[in-house]
Amino acid sequence: MADAIKLNIDGTDVETQPGTTIIDVATEAGIEIPKLCQHRLLSANGTCRMCLVEVEGARTLLTACTTPVQPGMKVSTRSEQVLRARRSVLEFLLAEHSLDCLVCERSGDCRLQDYAYEYGADGRQIAGKHYERGVEEPGEVEADNPFFVRDMSKCILCGRCVRMCAEVMGYGAVDFASRGAETKVATSFEMPLTESSCVFCGNCVTACPTGALQPKQGARQGRAYEYEKVRTICPYCGVGCSINLHVRDGRIIGSSAVEGPANRGLVCVKGHFGHGWIQDEDRLTRPLVRKDDGELHPTSWDEALDLVAERLRTIKSKHGSDAIGGLASAKCTNEENYLFQRFMRSCVATNNVDHCARLCHASTVAGLATVFGSGAMTNSNWEFESSDVLFITGSNTTETHPVIGAVVERGRRAGAKLIVADPRVTDMAYRADLHLQHHPGSDIALLNAMAHVILAEGLEDKEFIENRTEGFAEVKEKVAEYSPERAAELTGVPAADIIEAARMFARERRGAVLYSMGITQHSKGVDNVKAIANLAMLTGNIGRFATGVNPLRGQNNVQGACDMGCIPSHLPGYQLVSKKELRSKFERAWGSPLRADPGLTMIEMINEAADGGLRALYIMGENPMLADPDITHVKEGLENLDFLVVQDVFLTETAQLADVVLPAASFAEKSGTFTNTERRVQLVRPAVSSPGEAKADWRILCDLAARFGQSWGYEESAEIMSDLSALTPSYGGISYDRLDPVGLQWPCPDADHPGTPILHTETFARGKGLFSPVDHRPPAEVPNGEFPIVLTTGRMLYHFHTGSMTRRAPSLHAHVPTGYVEVNEQDAGHLGIEHGQPVKVISRRGGVVTQAVVTPNIKQGVVFMPFHFAEAAANVLTNTALDPVAKIPELKVCAVRLEPQPWEGARGCCCETSGESDAFEATNEGSD
Amino acid sequence: MSESVQTFDGAKLNAILSRFVGKPGALIPILQQTQDEYGYLPREAVRRIARGLRMPEAQVYGVATFYAQFHLKPRGRHIIRVCLGTACHVRGAEMIFSRITSALDLNGGGTTEDLAFTVEKVACLGCCGLAPMMMIDDETYGRLTPKSAMEIVNGYLGETLARAS
Repeated sequence: MADAIKLNIDGTDVETQPGTTIIDVATEAGIEIPKLCQHRLLSANGTCRMCLVEVEGARTLLTACTTPVQPGMKVSTRSEQVLRARRSVLEFLLAEHSLDCLVCERSGDCRLQDYAYEYGADGRQIAGKHYERGVEEPGEVEADNPFFVRDMSKCILCGRCVRMCAEVMGYGAVDFASRGAETKVATSFEMPLTESSCVFCGNCVTACPTGALQPKQGARQGRAYEYEKVRTICPYCGVGCSINLHVRDGRIIGSSAVEGPANRGLVCVKGHFGHGWIQDEDRLTRPLVRKDDGELHPTSWDEALDLVAERLRTIKSKHGSDAIGGLASAKCTNEENYLFQRFMRSCVATNNVDHCARLCHASTVAGLATVFGSGAMTNSNWEFESSDVLFITGSNTTETHPVIGAVVERGRRAGAKLIVADPRVTDMAYRADLHLQHHPGSDIALLNAMAHVILAEGLEDKEFIENRTEGFAEVKEKVAEYSPERAAELTGVPAADIIEAARMFARERRGAVLYSMGITQHSKGVDNVKAIANLAMLTGNIGRFATGVNPLRGQNNVQGACDMGCIPSHLPGYQLVSKKELRSKFERAWGSPLRADPGLTMIEMINEAADGGLRALYIMGENPMLADPDITHVKEGLENLDFLVVQDVFLTETAQLADVVLPAASFAEKSGTFTNTERRVQLVRPAVSSPGEAKADWRILCDLAARFGQSWGYEESAEIMSDLSALTPSYGGISYDRLDPVGLQWPCPDADHPGTPILHTETFARGKGLFSPVDHRPPAEVPNGEFPIVLTTGRMLYHFHTGSMTRRAPSLHAHVPTGYVEVNEQDAGHLGIEHGQPVKVISRRGGVVTQAVVTPNIKQGVVFMPFHFAEAAANVLTNTALDPVAKIPELKVCAVRLEPQPWEGARGCCCETSGESDAFEATNEGSD
Repeated sequence: MSESVQTFDGAKLNAILSRFVGKPGALIPILQQTQDEYGYLPREAVRRIARGLRMPEAQVYGVATFYAQFHLKPRGRHIIRVCLGTACHVRGAEMIFSRITSALDLNGGGTTEDLAFTVEKVACLGCCGLAPMMMIDDETYGRLTPKSAMEIVNGYLGETLARAS
C-alpha cells in the first residue's frame, strides 16, 4: 500500500490513500460537501459545480468530486468565497428550473430544494429562459410508461440518470443530446422510454436529485415527510435487495430502493415498482372450506384448523403418515420453513417435505454437496465487479437477477472479460466478449471441451489441483474424449470459439462462473453442475475473492427453505435424516420421534398422488398448478387427493383445487428472515397489518401443531430463530440482534463469528474438492418429425414465477399483460408465422395458444416461452423427465411443434413495447 | 416494425461498418461516411451503427446531435449556404437569403418538399472579398445581388426539373 497522504480540511488534519478525491476524504471525516452530480456508484463528471471548495494556493475554486488529494493540501469547504460560488451555481440552475415545489411529488425528497433553502437561492436573481429542456411548458411531461414520469423542466443536467443507466445497468437508454443551451437528456431520436432500451428499474429515479424523475406509484398520496419508511427485503428473486416500503395511515403507498449489503442501493423494476399486489382486493382474508355443494365457503379459523387436523389424523391412521406430504415455500421466511418441516416431521411423522427448490436448484444442492461438501453459492454478489473473467452459463442474469446483472456490468466495464453460453441472445449475451450459442442440453459437451483445451494447452492450476482436490486423473481421462471439434458437433458452437472461451477463462487470475436454471433444469442437471465444478477447480477458481461457482438462486428465500430442511432427506442445516446422532438431537429438542428414511420429492409426491399412494397434501405458498412440469398431470394428481390444504396470500390456480384454504400474511405483514443467494440472512420487517383475518404462516403452523398436541409456545419470530440456530450449526451464531443492518452470511457457527462471504477458502467443506467425470447425453426428449422444435422455458424481467404477485402489480401487468413464444425469424418465415400472430405450441403433453414474438435473438430450431402466464402456460408443455439424483424435472428442454393460428382482431404485438397492447385472447387447450 | 426499417438499404452502411471493425474511436468517421452515402443519418442507420459498435443508441444519437455537421432529417440534393458573416451582412446578405427562401417557399431556411434544395445561413465562408457570397454544394458564388443569386439558383432548379422529366 502506498504512503498515506496527509491534508487539512476545515482545520482538521486527515489522512487518506493517494487517488482519493477531496469529497471522499471529507465524507470519511464527517464533513459534508454538497453535491448534485456526484454519486458513489458513478464516475465523477464534475458538472454540477456544487462541490466547489477552496484549496490554498489554487488559482480557482476546485470541484471536490474530481480533485485528487495532494500532500499538505489545505481545503476550505465553507469559506465566504465557496458559499458565494455555490449560491451562484444554484441561481443558474434555478433560472432554468420549474419552481413548482408546491405541487411537486419530490418536494421534501429533492436535493436541489434542500440546497436552495440552505443557501438562500430563490431562482429570481438571474432572468433565465425557463423550461428549455425539450419542453414548451412546465407540466408537459412524459408519462406514457406505467412506472415513472419524466419532467424535463426540472432537469438540471447532472447526468446521474445517464451514468446510472449506462455505467451501472448497462442499457444506456438515455444520454445527453444536442449542445449548449439546448442540451437535454434524451433517448435516441427523443422517443418515449417505452420505445427505448429502458428496462424501468428506476435506479435513475433513485439517483435523480430533483423532481425531473418521479415515480408514479404513490403520486398525490403523500410526500417523503408524510410517510414512514419501513426497511425490509424484496420478496422477488434471490439477490436479496433491501427496499423501503412507504407506509401512510396503515397503507403501503409506494416503495423505493435503499442501501443494503446485497444491492448497494440498486433494485430492478419488480423490486422498485412491483409491490401493488400486497393490497390487492383479491387477497385472501378468511379461511375457506369446501362444503358439500363443492364450493369454497368462508369460515372461522377454528373450524378450518380443526378440520385440517382431523382430516390429516384420519388419513394418517388409515393410510399411514407417508400418505401425507407437505410443500414448503421459498417465499416464506426461514422461521416459517423451519416450523413447516418440524410440523411435517414431528406432528405428521413423515419426511415427505419438499419445496420448489426441487424445480430450480436441486441439482446444485446435490451436485455441489457431493463435490465441495456444500451446495450453495461460494462467493458474494458484489465480488463480480472485481473479477477478471466472468463465465455466465444458463443464466439470463439481467432479467432474472437484475442487480447481479448490474454488478457483472460494472465488472465488465472495469475490464473483466465476459463469456456467455446461452441458446438465446440475451442482453448479457449481447454484451459478452464471447457468446457461445449452444444447443439446449449440450452443456456438458461444452464444459468438458473447455476443460479439454485447458489441459491440452497446460493452462490448468497444477498447484491447486495437487493440493486441494482429488479424482483429477479420471476427469483428465474423460475430457480427453471431448475435443473442441467433437464438442462443436454436439453443441453447435464453432470449435474455435470453444478454444477461445477456454483460454479466456483459464488465463485470467480471478475467474467466476455464474449459472442458473439453464444448467440445473435438465435430466442431467447434477452432471451439468459437476462439469462446472470441474472447470472451476481445474483453473483454481475456488476459495478466493471474486472467483467461485455461483449458482444464482431464483427466489427470495429458496436458499433459506433449503437451509431449513424443507427437503425430504435433510434436517435443518443439511443434516441427514438417516444419521442417528443428528436425528436424535432434533428428537430431543422437539420431543417426538423422527423418521429415518428420506421422504418423497415434489414431483414424486405429485406422481404418488396420481397413483393413489399419497392421500393428502399440505401446500404452503406454492403454486404447482403453474410451476410444475406437465400441469395436466399435476392437476390429475391434486384432484385425486383425499385432502388438499393450501395456505397462500391469493386463491392461486392450486388453491382453487383445495379442500381448505388458509389465508396467509404477506412478507410486508410479518417479521422473520430471508436468506439470499449469497447465503446472507437478512431481517424482514412488518410494514402494515394483514388484511382481514389473514395470519403469518408461522402463527398458522403453531396453531395447527397445537391441535396435534404440541405446544410450541412461540410469541415472536425471533424465538423461532433462537431455537433453530441452536440446532443448525451453520446458523449457530445468528440471532436477530446481529442482523441489523447488513445481515450475516452462513456459515456463522457462533455468536462471535463474523459470517463467511467466501466458502472453501482453506479447505473444502468435504475436505478435498472432488473432480467428477461426466458424460454428454442428449435430453430426455429430442426433436423428431412430429415435434421438430426445442422448447426452452424461463423467466422474463417484468414477471415472477407463477405471476400471482406480479400480475396483480398494476404497473408490471400494464407493461406486459400476457405471455408469448419467441420464434427465430428464419423459422417463422418457413412456418408462415408473423410477429404478433397467434400460434399454437404443441408438445406430447398438451397445447397452448399464445402470440409469436419473431426475433433474431434465439437460435434456429429453438423457441422460448416464459412460464408466468396461466392463459399461456408453458408448463402444460414441459416434460417431467427427472434427473436421477436430484429429481429435478427437465423444464429447459422438450420437443414441440408450432401451428400458426388465424389472426384475431387487430394485428399487433404487445410484448416488446407494451402499454400499447391490444387485448390478446390466449386459450389454454389440452389441460382438461 | 416501422416502414423505414423495411425500406432502408443497409448494404452501403454494412460496407462502411465493415471498414471499421475493431477500430476504436470509429463513431464519428462512421457517421460522416454514412451521411455522405445517405445524405443524412436515417434512424435505422443510427440504430444499426449503435448495434454494430455495441454502443447504446442514445449515445450515438447524442454524438450525432452534438455536432452541427450531422443531420437527422433528409437533406436537399443541393445545399445552398448563404453567408451572413459581417462582411456579407453589411453588403445585404439578408436580402439574398430572404429572396432565395421565399422563392423556394422556405420560411427561414430548411429543405424543400421535393428534396431539391436545403438552404442554410452560415456565419462566414472565409471569402469576405467576394461579399456578399454563397456556396451551392462545392461551388462558390460571389458579389451577388438578390437577382443574380436567384438566376444561379434557377440554373440548378432547371437542371433538377430537366432530370425529373
